[in-house]
Amino acid sequence: MCLAVPGRVIKIYEKDDLPMGKVDFGGLSKEICLAYTPEVRPGDYVLVHVGFAINTIDEAEAKEVFSLLEQLAEAAGEKSTES
Amino acid sequence: MLATHQIKLMKYVDEYRDARRVKQLAEAIRRKTTRPWNLMEVCGGQTHAILRFGLDRLLPPEIRLIHGPGCPVCVTPIEIIDQAVAIARRPEVIFCSFGDMLRVPGSENDLLSVKSEGGDLRVVYSPMDAVALAGDHADREVVFFAIGFETTAPAVAMAIAQADRLALANFSVLVSHVLVPPAIRAVLDSPGNVVQGFLAAGHVCTVMGTRQYEPIAQQYGVPIVVTGFEALDILQGVAMCVDQLEQGRAEVEIQYTRCVRPEGNRAALAQVEKVFQTAGRKWRGIGQIPDSGLSLRADYARFDAAARFRVEGMQADEPAVCLAGAVLQGHKRPDECPAFGTECTPENPLGAPMVSAEGACAAYYRYRRQKK
Repeated sequence: MCLAVPGRVIKIYEKDDLPMGKVDFGGLSKEICLAYTPEVRPGDYVLVHVGFAINTIDEAEAKEVFSLLEQLAEAAGEKSTES
Repeated sequence: MLATHQIKLMKYVDEYRDARRVKQLAEAIRRKTTRPWNLMEVCGGQTHAILRFGLDRLLPPEIRLIHGPGCPVCVTPIEIIDQAVAIARRPEVIFCSFGDMLRVPGSENDLLSVKSEGGDLRVVYSPMDAVALAGDHADREVVFFAIGFETTAPAVAMAIAQADRLALANFSVLVSHVLVPPAIRAVLDSPGNVVQGFLAAGHVCTVMGTRQYEPIAQQYGVPIVVTGFEALDILQGVAMCVDQLEQGRAEVEIQYTRCVRPEGNRAALAQVEKVFQTAGRKWRGIGQIPDSGLSLRADYARFDAAARFRVEGMQADEPAVCLAGAVLQGHKRPDECPAFGTECTPENPLGAPMVSAEGACAAYYRYRRQKK
């Protein structure tokens, strides 16, 4: 029910006085309401739930989990081969 | 065990399912765990990911994952389903719902049976689709079945505000919105509770932020880690929760930092606040929880479908054999229910957790039935 999917904003426009956008989900695009992410620009990634962007996705934070994993691997004495 | 069959890679999805990294993280959790800990993942979406990817089997035996009540479809009370059925049967009504609700059993019927009787039932992706239908069908009454947690409420609030702006007198909503923090308190207050730490629901907190969780962590001495939905997210959430438990800390932490900020989404929260107020709600299988849901504010009360179609008074009892309440609070595992997989299946569900794509019973039926 709380399923939300990341998508990339392609185009921003207005419809019935609401900020809307065309958002691409891995090749499939949909019209999404952007009223709750006024800061978003074309090219940004947003998290979409039932036709609404509920937040922008933070690129730098998205990489955090991977750097944490590298630290864990190093702490365990393993040499990780992937970046 | 991990999904590797997607045709096109999805950014922010597939990289969080990397099998090698999943194993590394599971191994790290194994190393840091010195004694048994019971963690509850609150959201049904997380429950499905855990069973689908087999994450519970990768964890050390000391870590027990208990499945929480975070499935709005599952906790919608039976009388609200009956109200929805009564409204959807009216000839003037176009009844709009998310697909998950169609097969949830009411006392006698579900919404799908209304469709087979000739009722005009539409599955919509967004509440805004229902607003558009109301604009296109001025001669009909368009009703949206508004269920969901904090994640979904802003979309419904915007749909109501938009219907107001467009002066659509033929649009209304049957409201059954519920809130997560009161449910976490209800789990912690329930006799026999064994939950020692929570993986809180990432998408709920994307909207509401984390501030309301601080007093719960402090008051009950439980760590609460706001966690995402992919395999790596969930294992990292477990790792952070175990770290806190092993170190004797009880704090609110965010694993899902790419989407969740402590203050939440202010624009979304402001819109919800404008349209809705906090209200007591009954949860299917659990009962009445004070201040655990939303109702329309007086300014928007004319959009209330229950009042418009005079169905507020309907009451109903839940089937006695169904253990949904115990399952939703983590007291029983779905496969411990005598009806599981026999009397109760996704084709013929007794309770909502067997219906929903996020219900714990449906997850066990789909991924763990061979164990029975």
